[in-house]
Amino acid sequence: MPTNQFSGPDPHVAASAGHRDAPPRYGFFTDTSVCIGCKACEVACKEWNAIPEDGLELTGMSFDNTGRLGADSWRHVAFVEQRKPLVGPPPDESHRGVDALAAAAQGVTVPEQGGWPAPLVPEQPGRGGDGGSAGDTDLRWLMASDVCKHCTHAACLDVCPTGSLFRTEFGTVVVQEDICNGCGYCVPACPYGVIDQRPDDGRAWKCTLCYDRVGVGMEPACAKACPTDSIQFGELDELRERAAARVEQLHGDGVGSARLYGHDPEDGVGGDGAFFLLLDEPEVYGLPPDPVVTTRDLPRMWAHVGVAAATMLGGLAAMFVGRRS
Amino acid sequence: MSTSDVTRDGIRGAHPGREARVGGTGEQRWRPRGQRTAAPEYSPDSYYGLPVLNPPRWAATDIAGYFFLGGLAGGSSVLAAGGHWTNRPGLARPAKLVALGAVSGSVVALVHDLGRPARFLNMLRVFKITSPMSVGSWLLAAYGPAAGAAAITDLTGWFPRIGATATATAAVLGPLVAAYTAALAADTAVPAWHEGHRELPFVFVSSAALAASGASMIAAPTAQTGPARRAAVLAAAGELAATARMERRMGMVAEPYRTGWGGRLMKAAKALTVAGAVGGALLGRRSRVAAGVCGAALLVGSACTRFGVFHAGMESARDPKYTVEPQRARVRERAARAAEENVA
Ligand code: SF4
Ligand code: SF4
Repeated sequence: MPTNQFSGPDPHVAASAGHRDAPPRYGFFTDTSVCIGCKACEVACKEWNAIPEDGLELTGMSFDNTGRLGADSWRHVAFVEQRKPLVGPPPDESHRGVDALAAAAQGVTVPEQGGWPAPLVPEQPGRGGDGGSAGDTDLRWLMASDVCKHCTHAACLDVCPTGSLFRTEFGTVVVQEDICNGCGYCVPACPYGVIDQRPDDGRAWKCTLCYDRVGVGMEPACAKACPTDSIQFGELDELRERAAARVEQLHGDGVGSARLYGHDPEDGVGGDGAFFLLLDEPEVYGLPPDPVVTTRDLPRMWAHVGVAAATMLGGLAAMFVGRRS
Repeated sequence: MSTSDVTRDGIRGAHPGREARVGGTGEQRWRPRGQRTAAPEYSPDSYYGLPVLNPPRWAATDIAGYFFLGGLAGGSSVLAAGGHWTNRPGLARPAKLVALGAVSGSVVALVHDLGRPARFLNMLRVFKITSPMSVGSWLLAAYGPAAGAAAITDLTGWFPRIGATATATAAVLGPLVAAYTAALAADTAVPAWHEGHRELPFVFVSSAALAASGASMIAAPTAQTGPARRAAVLAAAGELAATARMERRMGMVAEPYRTGWGGRLMKAAKALTVAGAVGGALLGRRSRVAAGVCGAALLVGSACTRFGVFHAGMESARDPKYTVEPQRARVRERAARAAEENVA
């Protein structure tokens, strides 16, 4: 049933866009807790979609030399190195600040808190020879493969004046490069900084969620290439259930920082078609903490435009009334 | 390698190791005490200081220039109609010509900014109320010919009835041309534009009226520019009030309107606008030279406003703090409200 809402949940996003008998909505669940930062997704995406090379510079900031999503990067693996324990209590309960060496020199063990082992526990059997797992250090690496969110309410699509951006029967958002005239409006409209114009070509480009592959029953190239299944492709409803279970599991394992991002149909964009499990605040990965589709406020914008235009017309007309000079 | 595959009937052969345990063994070592919320403390981080948004690829001269020219055209059309029907031909004719020139220039700027200028007409492929650029394209398609017919019939004296209709049409559509560009800028994720979506239309129509008054003060005989001079005073007051209100409501996102290029241009706009409007009102009737100088100040001031708004928006898109901080504040506020409700 076609509806015309600018924000809020929309369980039948393809039908709202006018697709009859649409298949279920497909999407990505990117579970960053198992990402190893191999960038196979970035490579597979570039290969499959024939995305041109866009510079071979080293950023010098981390192992991430892609930087961010753009016209020529439809998957981007973020890489963050932090002085935070991976497994363990939230930061206020950590043992940071405890001088373990001084304590050891005094022959005093650091008291255990809440079942969390003290920093200097001897190597445990079955843990490998590295003196403990990553959870026993104060350092962690966060890796996350970012992608177009295929928003339920996609600002890029809403503002596109040519109809180049459209909603597919799978509920995804795709640019038609034979129609795009490179007006560039979609670029600042996207609240996630995903879509961008290719300067030499002029048109806008972004992830298609492998519309060509999904259309013939194959999973997208990035998900296919991901060796850890950090990128999971499937029906959105199923992915949401699986993601909820995964967060529970991680919380049970003591990873208190695990949280979902973009899964909630009540959020500012009506929920993302591609959502994430993160281990820190979204902004740490370069994601906006509370994105809102800009068109949510469009009715009010048009109302203000109307009043302003009427004021201008009336105000200027009034200047002609009466006086003769 | 992934072993799963999607078929029309769903997923087959999902990877068995997909639920790998983080931290090695998977045994539970730390159990949350009390109520653990998944939304933890605030961290002011960003991803290596990179922007969250993709800043517009628009060129300042094209897009801010387009805002300025659209405003100048729209305002001039209203003044032209006023002159037309109050027997001020010396005001009406130049205003009609300015409107035609400005709207032509604005279309050139718009097409020039396209990545694929040859596909300009794709703008008229669909009509989308959700896209201010689409609405604006159709608006221009209606307004442009009207402004053109008004100017040409005035110059040639041919078809006076058509000329009158065109003048009236352009006067009604002109303010919309001047105002819609505010929605065009505000209907983006750019913080300094979107957060101003209530006041920006008023800033833009004031700026448009100032530019049009300025052009008339330059081009028309002083005996007929009384309405333009009065309009400048009213519009200057309106612009100052709307800008002040906008910046107040925006909070920290207003910073780019006060610092850097955005700040410099906005300050210059304010000074030029006040000087031009007050000077015009005091001296514009007596001295043609003073009227010209004040008119020029108003025109340049209006351009400064448009370029100032443009640059403030670009800056707010480039610095991630303008995106993250207000959103983070919203999240915190919601969490606090939820906590309160839990207690109650
Ligand atoms: S993330 Fe951006 S580019 Fe992707 S659908 Fe949403 S608004 Fe469009
Ligand atoms: S750049 Fe292309 S895809 Fe983006 S809004 Fe303009 S026409 Fe649509």
